[in-house]
Amino acid sequence: MSTLFHDATAGLPASLARRVLRQGGYEAATMLRNGEQLVLMIVMPLLGLIALAVTPILDGMGNSRINVATPGILALCALSTAFTGQGIATGFDRRYGVLRFLSTTPLGKAGLIAGKVIAVLAALAIQVAIISTVAAFMGWRPSGAGIALGIPLLVLGAITFTALGLLIAGTVRPEATLAITNLGWILLAALGGIVLPATKFSATMAAIVDWLPSGALGTLMRAALLEGRLDVFAIVILLAWAVAGSVAAIKWFKWN
Amino acid sequence: MTPTTSPSQDAALVISGLVKDVGPIAALDGRMKRIVSNISLQAHFGQVTALLGANGAGKTTTIECAQGLQRRTGGSISLLGRDPENADAGLRARVGVMLQDGGLPPAARPVALLRHVASLYSNPLSVDALVDRLGIAEFSNTTIRRLSGGQKQRVALAASLLGNPEVLFLDEPSAGLDPQSRLMVFELIRELRGAGKAIVLTTHLLDDAQRLADYVYIVNHGESVTQGTVPELLSQSTATESHRVMTFEAVPGLDTAALCHADVSCEETRPGSYRLSGSLEPADLDRFGQWCAGLNVMPTSVHLASQSLEDVFLAIAASVEPQPLKTEIA
Repeated sequence: MSTLFHDATAGLPASLARRVLRQGGYEAATMLRNGEQLVLMIVMPLLGLIALAVTPILDGMGNSRINVATPGILALCALSTAFTGQGIATGFDRRYGVLRFLSTTPLGKAGLIAGKVIAVLAALAIQVAIISTVAAFMGWRPSGAGIALGIPLLVLGAITFTALGLLIAGTVRPEATLAITNLGWILLAALGGIVLPATKFSATMAAIVDWLPSGALGTLMRAALLEGRLDVFAIVILLAWAVAGSVAAIKWFKWN
Repeated sequence: MTPTTSPSQDAALVISGLVKDVGPIAALDGRMKRIVSNISLQAHFGQVTALLGANGAGKTTTIECAQGLQRRTGGSISLLGRDPENADAGLRARVGVMLQDGGLPPAARPVALLRHVASLYSNPLSVDALVDRLGIAEFSNTTIRRLSGGQKQRVALAASLLGNPEVLFLDEPSAGLDPQSRLMVFELIRELRGAGKAIVLTTHLLDDAQRLADYVYIVNHGESVTQGTVPELLSQSTATESHRVMTFEAVPGLDTAALCHADVSCEETRPGSYRLSGSLEPADLDRFGQWCAGLNVMPTSVHLASQSLEDVFLAIAASVEPQPLKTEIA
């Protein structure tokens, strides 16, 4: 051991790409090992998909229940992972000083945030693969153009909800983050226009839902995967939330 | 002694006139609170520099400003010739940090976490060698939330060393350590000093500073109040000529009543660390030898001095009154 410090060369950082990918992989693996996160990320969306496919809630909105249900459930996956899952994990990492420690390593604050985005996207990719496979078995048949349009929209949704999740995790206590993001998930999933289109609600309610990030992402995913169309109003709303959420998170996020 | 920190070519860290305000504080009607008003220090390669002060004196704030974790309000900091607030990955790789609270994710397992942190460096030290050296193997697969405070400290220390840093910040490194772990950590710190590292540690434990530090800065109420080598500080004696302090380490829980009398007080300052102070005479040393023989106890260390760093510190603390109004600013 006496030669351990003498013989080694002084500290050098790994490349930026390696640092960020390693952090993303580590955080994604941590997420996927957490049972509660798995329920939120996989089990709840699957139950939602099955419920919408076997009940008449979405009848009359498209050519089949599963075709209308699946885009909304994929949008729900982004909400689960990026907003609730990532928000809670970050809140507790902040409590335990993990963010402060990692920001003193070559990873740094920017690398830490980039790693979290990669972890969210990796977990989302797994969710999409599972949900899409189950939906395909249940008769979901999206168009190629719809898939090509839907993937970047889902990524934009994930980025938006990551920014909002980090904003909450970085400004309030972890217990409050837990409550806000879980309650937010339930309210947005049930009433936020993500799974059930705004047209299912009253005119007053629909007017509110259209301006929410959840409503915008739900509308975008349904327009893309059902009609191969980009909903311009919804993408303006989602982009505005992405920018506002990111600016607010950068401005108000506290590392300790 | 007046702190006279001046820039130095070979200093790894130079802090000059550091000022740090926090707030606004609701209890102060929205005013800022000054928690560090004037701290200056230098840390050199191949030395252990200790920042010593009571809890709340501003030690952690000072080194977190030096690490770039907190933005300073005033003063200047040069870490390896750079401003830590603008640290890039290259600078961070040359600096190791062990935070007071560890900063370890509770759900992680020690070795897996260390391998992940090692992957952030292009040339990390061997995780296996550090695990072996710090005795982490015995709990390598236990989640961090289940580890004792001392075990967590050892993992945090290993994580701070993975990049083989040139500068190492240790915030209260022996907090929560059992005597055996404490000796292990102290030995490691001395090895790191021997390898030419600049080690900056904060502690409120005077014994730690006395045993480890080459140079000590004493801070009180957010200000540097004195500095010097341990012998220099001890020479600022306010004690009487006959006042002596004897410290020794042995197994915990020994009954020291037989060593005490009207002129000499005894206490076990922490498990296994004992302190006798007062008008110690040669007869007291004889009594100490007989006491050890009678209990069949062999101390692992014995230290005798005209006074301890604790006496110096207490004298300084007593001479500097708290000035709360001064620390609240508009």
